[in-house]
Amino acid sequence: MGIGQSFILAIKSLLNNKMRAFLTMLGIIIGVGSVILIMSLGNGVTTEISDTFESMGTRTVSVTLMGRGSNRTFTDDEMYEFAEENSDVIKAVTPTVNVSATVRPERWNENLSTSITGVGEDWLTVKTYETARGRFISYMDIYARNKVCFVGAYFDSPEVYNGNAVGSTLKINGDVYTIIGVAEEITDASDEDGSDNFAVIPYTVAARLSRMGNINSYTLISVSDETVNAAKQRMSNRLYENYGDEDAYAVIALAEILDTVTEIMDTLVTVIAAIAAISLLVGGIGIMNIMLVSVTERTREIGIRKALGAKRRDIKSQFVIEAMTTSLIGGVFGILLGVFGARIAGKLMNMPAVPSLSSIVLSVGISVGIGVLFGYLPAKKASELNPIDALHHD
Amino acid sequence: MAKNQNSIQHGDDLIVFDNIYKIYEMGDTEVRAADGISFSVKRGEFVAIVGQSGSGKSTCMNIIGALDVPTSGEYYLDGVDVSTLNDNKLADIRNKMLGFIFQQYNLIPKLTVLENVELPLLYAGVPKRKRREAALKSLERVGLTEKAKNLPSQLSGGQQQRVSIARALAGNPSVILADEPTGALDSRTGREVLEFLQQLHSEGNTIVLITHDNSIAVKAQRIIRLQDGKVVYDGPSNVPEALVNPDIPIELQKNEAGGDA
Repeated sequence: MGIGQSFILAIKSLLNNKMRAFLTMLGIIIGVGSVILIMSLGNGVTTEISDTFESMGTRTVSVTLMGRGSNRTFTDDEMYEFAEENSDVIKAVTPTVNVSATVRPERWNENLSTSITGVGEDWLTVKTYETARGRFISYMDIYARNKVCFVGAYFDSPEVYNGNAVGSTLKINGDVYTIIGVAEEITDASDEDGSDNFAVIPYTVAARLSRMGNINSYTLISVSDETVNAAKQRMSNRLYENYGDEDAYAVIALAEILDTVTEIMDTLVTVIAAIAAISLLVGGIGIMNIMLVSVTERTREIGIRKALGAKRRDIKSQFVIEAMTTSLIGGVFGILLGVFGARIAGKLMNMPAVPSLSSIVLSVGISVGIGVLFGYLPAKKASELNPIDALHHD
Repeated sequence: MAKNQNSIQHGDDLIVFDNIYKIYEMGDTEVRAADGISFSVKRGEFVAIVGQSGSGKSTCMNIIGALDVPTSGEYYLDGVDVSTLNDNKLADIRNKMLGFIFQQYNLIPKLTVLENVELPLLYAGVPKRKRREAALKSLERVGLTEKAKNLPSQLSGGQQQRVSIARALAGNPSVILADEPTGALDSRTGREVLEFLQQLHSEGNTIVLITHDNSIAVKAQRIIRLQDGKVVYDGPSNVPEALVNPDIPIELQKNEAGGDA
């Protein structure tokens, strides 16, 4: 008997008992659905994280100086010198002094949630941002500690200065700073919580603002993706020379963090999906159970088929294919459930939860496999029935 | 009874039972369902195997039908020694050489009439179109072509039995094996089925009919009467001795036979 024939027979037998078929499939539907949902959400989170990292630049290396356990210091001049010497791997460097300060546009009564950073004149290069209007902070501004600032596109949006940002002023911690330039829009200029709401000031000004004697945080950008590791290594070596203590500094490549995060996410998703896959096992047992019932119910049919010349393998394949069809159809419904669920969840969580083709192929494979695996025992039982006994079964 | 122990050439003999024993162990006791049965059936014969329940006729039918193998003795079907075959070979024999007609029709309820008739051909590996053709031809022979798409449950008992006859004929078997074919039918439909079997016989088919009922057995050409696993009569059906059961007074038996025949 051909596989096609068995398949049609299996579909018929499922249609004969729709409720039972549905309940049998439910385990597989839920199992496959949840595996796909979890893998989609995992993909979504991983994609979002790596997008964030990539927007920060995968060529970026961040350097933090703690100075702990050492009397030595490492000045901004030394850092610039180091970058100069290693220009084959380091494209640019900038101090990054995070300042917690209030920001208020002219004639406003409330503060903005703008992040303020003190930076060097190469910050734009490091960040790979572009200037839309005006100019960026110059070496002179840094040297002379001018109270100027360069702002994100948010300040030029209708929310704040509506195109007139350059030449306007901002009050930072009560002091007046002149806006000398505006960056190109990065993500969404009108979003106060987005990446376009920032202001950078000369790092010398920022250091004074945060009462910091020395600059202890830098961001480097490497010449290319391939030179990131070399840049990181040379930076570490130079700092070790300086401090003689590995705990006195931290040199971290963003690409490295991204790899680690992606790895962790992948492991996490795999573990959770594996837990969800346990329900597939339960679903498989459900199929086995119902197939055993079905074999008992159809003992007479099996007897007739055997009397008419069905061989053991004919009977076996009939029941295995029936179990496989049940779990395959369950798997298809599960995929629909998973894909649909992922869409809804993705919308609710505002991220791209796209099921990967591989997770779908895997689910189909697993559900077919479960059908064969758990259908085999009942099928074997059916095939070994004695035709005489089976014929006299009521 | 001639014993052909040394010969595998059986001439015109389609079925040869050579000293067949079927012994079941039931705890300490031994049940001899077939206690040295020997007979042979020629091609084209219409034979009734008769006996009360426990006489061994069901065992005979199972062995002839290749559903079971004897404990000892040899069974040749068309020259093939069936008594030593394995499961798969037996399935092949049932499929290609035997056509079953059962008391309970044994149609598969969720398959259509046509699909039921196609079953033996399906297991024989006949391609779909040929299968359909042969099944329809077979249905035509029993006059049920117009019911091909119906389910068995939509047919009367007599019609269902005719479907099962069509199924038995579909594979062009060497032997048609009918086990109490009228047992579930009223006497009129039962008579129709028997007439149909006689017609098949006249067309040259070999038919083995298993029954406990003398009035049905006499429709066959020849009667083999079994009792306690042994053959007690083997001969033509049209002599009074054919209907004699040694355990029951002859007068009673004659009435029984005469009443229905």
